[in-house]
Amino acid sequence: MSGVVIRPGRRDAGALVTALIFVPPAVLLFTIFVILPLGEAAWFSLFNWNGLGWPHIFLGLENYARLFNNDDFQTAFINNLLIIVFSIAIQLPLGLGMALLLARRAWGAVAFRLIFFLPYVLADVAAGLIFRFIFDGNYGPVSAVVQAFGGQPLFMLASPSLAFTALIIVVVWKYFGFHMMLYIAGLQGIDRQLYEAAEIDGATAFQRFRSITIPQLAPMIKLSVFFSVIGALQLFDMVIPLTGGGPFEQTNTMVSFMYNFGITRMRVGYGSAVGVVLFIVCVTFALFYQRFLMRDE
Amino acid sequence: MSDLPFTEEEAGVQRQVTQGVTRRPVSRRRQATLFGVWRLAILIVVAGIVLLPLLATVLGGFKTLGELQTNPLGLPHVWRWRNYWEILSSLRYWRVLGNSLFIAGFTVALTVALASTAAFAFAHLRFFGRRFLFNYLVLGLMFPAAAAILPLFIRVRQLGLVDTPWGVILPQVAFGLAMGVLLMRNAYRQLPSELLDAALVDGCGYMRYFVHITLPLSRPILATVGIIAFVGSWNNYLVPLIMLDTNTLYPWPLGLMDYEGQYSTSWQLVLAFITLTILPAIIMFVMAQKYIVEGLTAGAVKG
Repeated sequence: MSGVVIRPGRRDAGALVTALIFVPPAVLLFTIFVILPLGEAAWFSLFNWNGLGWPHIFLGLENYARLFNNDDFQTAFINNLLIIVFSIAIQLPLGLGMALLLARRAWGAVAFRLIFFLPYVLADVAAGLIFRFIFDGNYGPVSAVVQAFGGQPLFMLASPSLAFTALIIVVVWKYFGFHMMLYIAGLQGIDRQLYEAAEIDGATAFQRFRSITIPQLAPMIKLSVFFSVIGALQLFDMVIPLTGGGPFEQTNTMVSFMYNFGITRMRVGYGSAVGVVLFIVCVTFALFYQRFLMRDE
Repeated sequence: MSDLPFTEEEAGVQRQVTQGVTRRPVSRRRQATLFGVWRLAILIVVAGIVLLPLLATVLGGFKTLGELQTNPLGLPHVWRWRNYWEILSSLRYWRVLGNSLFIAGFTVALTVALASTAAFAFAHLRFFGRRFLFNYLVLGLMFPAAAAILPLFIRVRQLGLVDTPWGVILPQVAFGLAMGVLLMRNAYRQLPSELLDAALVDGCGYMRYFVHITLPLSRPILATVGIIAFVGSWNNYLVPLIMLDTNTLYPWPLGLMDYEGQYSTSWQLVLAFITLTILPAIIMFVMAQKYIVEGLTAGAVKG
């Protein structure tokens, strides 16, 4: 007993020492490379600054005013919203459908799952470049198929609306397998007895799907929507090799706009303003989503 | 051999046949087989759509530019291994892979080291500010790296790390910590607390306990965090794009874009280069698919 009484004191001292060694490295690194730069982004966004010396041309909120009046930024912002809408509307049903087909441990199911998940582990840059070839008017397979049916060579990436469609296709191609895996994990967690009970009560397959599968999958659906939105807001790597934001700056996202107009021209203040807008949109969405939809977790 | 059932449906059919069936199960069975065929057809079509772009890329690397124009989808008439050999025998290819490996290796090591120690303190130790610091670190889950990329560049430049691998590694670690700390703290908390009590009574210090008990018992979560950090670093484009100037330091995504810029008129070479740079990821995926799929999805679900 006495040992137990004495040790708590030593334990606290030991705990404190250990904590003093274990915690500061992570906190310091996080502060220096995440928190401070985010704060600085807000500060720099109030200046006209080329990144040399120290910012001194104070503009107030003028960078933001310019940003919101810039047609190309408006396009980029709307593109982000459209990517969110399309990726949810296409890749979630597709992911769920494939998950329903593959959730059972049937012959070949694992192989199909791996095939569908494979694009997710490839880099966005590689995916973007592969599809620049696929949609290439001179050498690409899509154009070749069009020509085989008697059409003209199709330069998809040279037309703003087709190029944007191409971007959506690549996003879905790359990410639906990830969402499928989330749904498979969710489906495997559903109690089979629910289905058996429903079957005994004479529920049709559709009724079972609507009244058991969908409600039981709700947490995964919420999660999957969350990742679609956050991923779509930050989309960049894929845009650069696929379209570079063109043609005519019509396929930019917020981040590729920031890259094309802020970073490559070292307009630190202007680019930071884009970063702040992105930050506010992401954090607002995450907070609202967690507060109102993911409360139970 | 040919008598063996190939699918669950066929197995079911055989079972019903041997049991001697009435009419209703027959119609049901037919429905099931039909559904099986449709299901397989849908899966094969989707798998084809997923794989065709990759296949066209690999095959394209074997063709000449001229053949690419006339025959972009089919097998090459003559397999030109030269495109591939030239890249495989170039310093450039191995250097971009080496750079990626160096950056990813240190990113994983530092992320796991810093996240596991901090998570241990948050899970088991009482100290002033524990709650606050934990919430502070986990805030990072919400922050997109792109939002702070310009000030991050300025900071890395101040530290003299621009155009060095460390200018890429340290920000990557910093942005990966939130997920790592959260996943690891939750995993550590699942370990029975009696274990820690017993160890402390026996005079084992916290650090020894961490090294000899906590770490060996939480290998799965260490692997998960390591895999997330590795894949994130291996595929990262934005951070090295901003931080690195010298092309001998480029990791492969930058090296690929650099190569594409140089040979943009020769798609066959670019396709061969794409194939060879995504090959390590595909090999790793095939070899460790179970861990990679579980790591990436478990990380998403728990985080």
